[in-house]
Amino acid sequence: MTLESKIPAGDIATKWTKYKSTVPLVNPANKRQLEIIVVGTGLAGASAAATLAEMGYKVKAFCFQDSPRRAHSIAAQGGINAAKNYQNDGDSVYRLFYDTIKGGDYRSREANVHRLAECSTSIIDQCVAQGVPFAREYGGTLSNRSFGGTQVQRTFYAAGQTGQQLLLGAYSGLERQVGLGNVKMYARHEMIEVVKIDGKARGIIARNLVTGAMERHFGHAVLLCTGGYGNVFYLSTNAMGSNVTAAWKAHKSGAYFGNPCFTQIHPTCIPVSGHYQSKLTLMSESLRNDGRIWVPKKLNDERHPNDIPEDERDYYLERRYPAFGNLVPRDIASRAAKERCDAGYGVGQSKMAVYLDFKYNMMQKYGRTEASKLNIANPDDETLIRLGKEVIKEKYGNLFDMYKQITDEDPYEVPMRIYPAVHYTMGGLWVDYDLMTNVPGLYALGEANFSDHGANRLGASALMQGLADGYFVIPITIGNYLSKEIHTKPISTDHEAFVAAEKAANDRIQQLMGIQGTRSVESYHRKLGLIIWNKCGMARNEKGLKEAIAEIQALRADFYKNVRIPGSVNEFNPELDKAGRVADFLELGELMCVDALNRNESCGGHFREEYQTEEGEALRDDENYMYVAAWEHKGNTWELHKEELNYENIKIQQRSYK
Amino acid sequence: MSKLMKLNLKVWRQKNAESAGNFEEYKVDASPDMSFLEMFDVLNEQLIETGKEPVAFDHDCREGICGMCSMVIDGRPHGPKQGVTTCQLHMRSFNDGDTITVEPWRANGFPVIKDLTVNRSAFDRIIAAGGFISTNAGNAVDANAVLIPKEVADEAFEAATCIGCGACVSACKNASAMLFVGAKVTQLSKLPQGKPERESRVVAMVNQMDAEGFGACTNTGACAAECPKQIPLSVIANLNREYIGAKMNGK
Repeated sequence: MTLESKIPAGDIATKWTKYKSTVPLVNPANKRQLEIIVVGTGLAGASAAATLAEMGYKVKAFCFQDSPRRAHSIAAQGGINAAKNYQNDGDSVYRLFYDTIKGGDYRSREANVHRLAECSTSIIDQCVAQGVPFAREYGGTLSNRSFGGTQVQRTFYAAGQTGQQLLLGAYSGLERQVGLGNVKMYARHEMIEVVKIDGKARGIIARNLVTGAMERHFGHAVLLCTGGYGNVFYLSTNAMGSNVTAAWKAHKSGAYFGNPCFTQIHPTCIPVSGHYQSKLTLMSESLRNDGRIWVPKKLNDERHPNDIPEDERDYYLERRYPAFGNLVPRDIASRAAKERCDAGYGVGQSKMAVYLDFKYNMMQKYGRTEASKLNIANPDDETLIRLGKEVIKEKYGNLFDMYKQITDEDPYEVPMRIYPAVHYTMGGLWVDYDLMTNVPGLYALGEANFSDHGANRLGASALMQGLADGYFVIPITIGNYLSKEIHTKPISTDHEAFVAAEKAANDRIQQLMGIQGTRSVESYHRKLGLIIWNKCGMARNEKGLKEAIAEIQALRADFYKNVRIPGSVNEFNPELDKAGRVADFLELGELMCVDALNRNESCGGHFREEYQTEEGEALRDDENYMYVAAWEHKGNTWELHKEELNYENIKIQQRSYK
Repeated sequence: MSKLMKLNLKVWRQKNAESAGNFEEYKVDASPDMSFLEMFDVLNEQLIETGKEPVAFDHDCREGICGMCSMVIDGRPHGPKQGVTTCQLHMRSFNDGDTITVEPWRANGFPVIKDLTVNRSAFDRIIAAGGFISTNAGNAVDANAVLIPKEVADEAFEAATCIGCGACVSACKNASAMLFVGAKVTQLSKLPQGKPERESRVVAMVNQMDAEGFGACTNTGACAAECPKQIPLSVIANLNREYIGAKMNGK
C-alpha cells in the first residue's frame, strides 16, 4: 500500500479555506442516519464528540475513566497558543506556522501545521464563548505569556491549570449533547479491538470495566482520540491510566504507526525521589518566563543554593543560547540539563537536578514594577521580595503549592530543583490531511496521531492541536468520507467480523488470566520503563538500541510466563485492565527502538549520539531522512513505509536558537 | 533516603455493590516522601505477591487535578491536610506507628463499585442537565469582543477550579452536592456569556441534583472545609440567590 497524504493542491495560505469550501458535505437529514464512535474524551475527543453531535451525527463516546472530565488533558498547565497578535508584537498565522515547523526540527507536514495555525484563533473565541475563564488584564482583555521556541507572547492561559479549564469547557459541550440525547456516553469502558468489514473500520469491541462484559458497537466511522504513549517509560508526567491500547489495536488491525521514536522529554519536572515513585510531576514551561535555570560553576558544590554568589552560577541556557535564553524549545533545554548533570554539575541529593530560580524576576521585574506603582522610591530587598512574591503567586500559585506539597521545600524561598521527564509523544498513528489513518473510516486526532509536531512539540501547542482537530478539522474533513457512506445502513453487531473480533479479545484476556505466575504487572511495567528510558530516552545509540530490542523481547516472553493477575474477568479488576495495557506497551517499546535505530540522524527529541555537531547540537540528515517513518505491523516484525516531506514555504536550515 | 515508617491500616473491603463490606487490617512500611497512593501501591504489591486481592481504588493523574482519587482517611475526605487531594497527600503528614482508617466516599448518590471505588456518574448527569453554555462550535465572536473585568474573570475562575471529586458530598452529613452545583452555577452566571441561560440552568441543575438523591444543605460548611480546591461556601449562597431569582421569575 502506498501512503497518500491527500494534501490539497494550491497555495499554502489558501489551501485549507479552499478545501473547506469544496469538500463534499452530508446533508442534515443524512447526518442523523450516520453513527460515529469517538474513543477518548480529552480535548480532541470531547471537542470532536460534542461538535459532531451539534452537527447532527449520532455519536457514541467512550472513556476508561469514571467520567469524561478526567481525561489527562485536564492536567495541562501552562497554556494554549493562538496567533491572535493581541500583543501587537508581530505575531501572525505564518509566524506560528514557521515556529512550529522549526520547533519540530523540520519533520512535520507543512499543510497540516499551517491549518493548525489558522484554526488557532477560532479556538480561543470558541472557548471564551463556552465560559472558559482565561486570565485577563485589568482592562478586561485577555492576557498572554510566552512559551519556549517563540519570541512573541501568544499563549493564553488560566493560571497554571489551562488544560483543566479547556477540558471542562469541551466536557460541558459534550455533556450538553449527552443531555440532548445526541451523544451516548460510555464511561469506564476500554476499546480493545477495531472491527473491520471489507477493509473499512465499522466499529469497536469495548470492555465494560465495571462488569468485565464485552460489548460490540457499530459506527460508520471510528475516531481514536486516545492520547499519547508516554507511559511506556513507566515514569512520566502522564496519568496512571494513560495507555496506547486503542492505538495499538488499531495498528495491529492495519493502521500504520508514524515516527514512534519521537518522544518529548520535558525539561522542568520534579526529580525522582525514590524507587517507589509511581509518576512524575511537571512544573509548567510557563515558569521559564520568570524562572532562570542554573547550576553551580564549581564541581560538587555542596553549598545551599542561596549561599552561592551570582558570579559562581552558570546560567547555562542564557550562556549557550543568548537569543532565546531560558525559553529554548524543550528538547534543547532537556539535553542541556542532562549535559550539565552528566558532567557532574547537578544539584540535590541525587545530583540529577538543576535549579529553576525565581528570585531575580521576583525582585527586579515584578517587585520593582509594584514598588513603582505604589510610589515607593528606592525599595529595599525585603520590600521587593514581598511585592514580587504576590505577583508570582498570582501567576503560578498552584504550581508553587504543588511543588511544596511534593518536595516539602518552599520555592518562594529556595530555587526549585528540576530534571527532565517524559511528557508527550509526537509519534502516533499515521494520518492523512483528513486525519484518517490508512484504514478507511478510522481516524486519529490529537496526541494519538503523528501529524503536527514533527520531532519536537513546542509548549502550549498540544492543547491547540487537540482542540483544532476536534472543533474545526474533523467536522469538515469527515464529510469527505461519510458523504460516500450515506447508503450504508447500520450493520448488525451479529456480523461475523464483530463475532471474530470479540473472540480475539476474549482469547487474549483468557490467555493473560491463565498465566497465574508470581510477578505483578507493575513490576514488568517498571522494568520496561527503565530499558526504554536508559536506551531510547534523551540520548540513543546503535548499540544501546540493539540491546534494548533484545531485552524487551526477553521481558515480553517472561511476562507471558510469569505475570500474576489476581481476581477474575467478570468483575471490576484494575489489575487485569493494567495487564492488557502493559502487554501492548511491551510491543510498542520494541517498535520505538526499531524506529530509533532506523533513523540514522538526530532531530528534535530524537538524539542519536553518533550524529551531533561539534557543539553537541542535533545533526539532521535531510538528504536521507526527511520523511515520516510509517510502520506497518507484520506479525512478528514491521515494514517501513516512507512519506517524503516537502518544504515549499519554509527554507530548511539547521535549527538555531543562539 | 528517609527512615521507613511502620503503619497499621484499616481498609474498607467490599467485593461489589451488592455485597456487605468490612474493614481489613494490614501493615505497611512507608517512606515519608511517598504519596498516600504510593503507600497503597506498596500495600497492593504485598497483597499480589502473597496471592491476595489488591485494594481497588480510583486514581489517575496523581497531581491533584483530575479529581479521580477519593479516599476518606481517618474520617476526612482526602485526609488530614487542607487543600490537597489524596494523591498529593504525603506520608510525612503521618507519624511512625499510626493506625490509619481508609474508607470510600459514603453517599446515596455515590454507590460503591468495589472497595474504595465509587460511582460518581450522578455528577455528569447534573452537568448534562444544565452545566454548560449553549453555543455550537463555529459561531463565536472574537474573544476580545466582550470585555470581562478581571475581578469577574477571577471570581469565575475560582469557582471553575472545582475538580468534581465529590469530597464535598462525602464530607456533608446530608450528602448534599450544593458546593459542586454552586461552583458551576457561579462560574457560568458570573460570566457575560453565561447570563442568557442563568435561570433555566440553575433550575435544571438543582432538579437533577435532587433526583440523584443528594441531600439538602444545612449550612454546616463541612464541604468547603474539606474541598481540596478550597471552593468557598459563598458559591452556595450564590446558588441559592440564583435559584430564588429564577423561581421568582416563574422558571
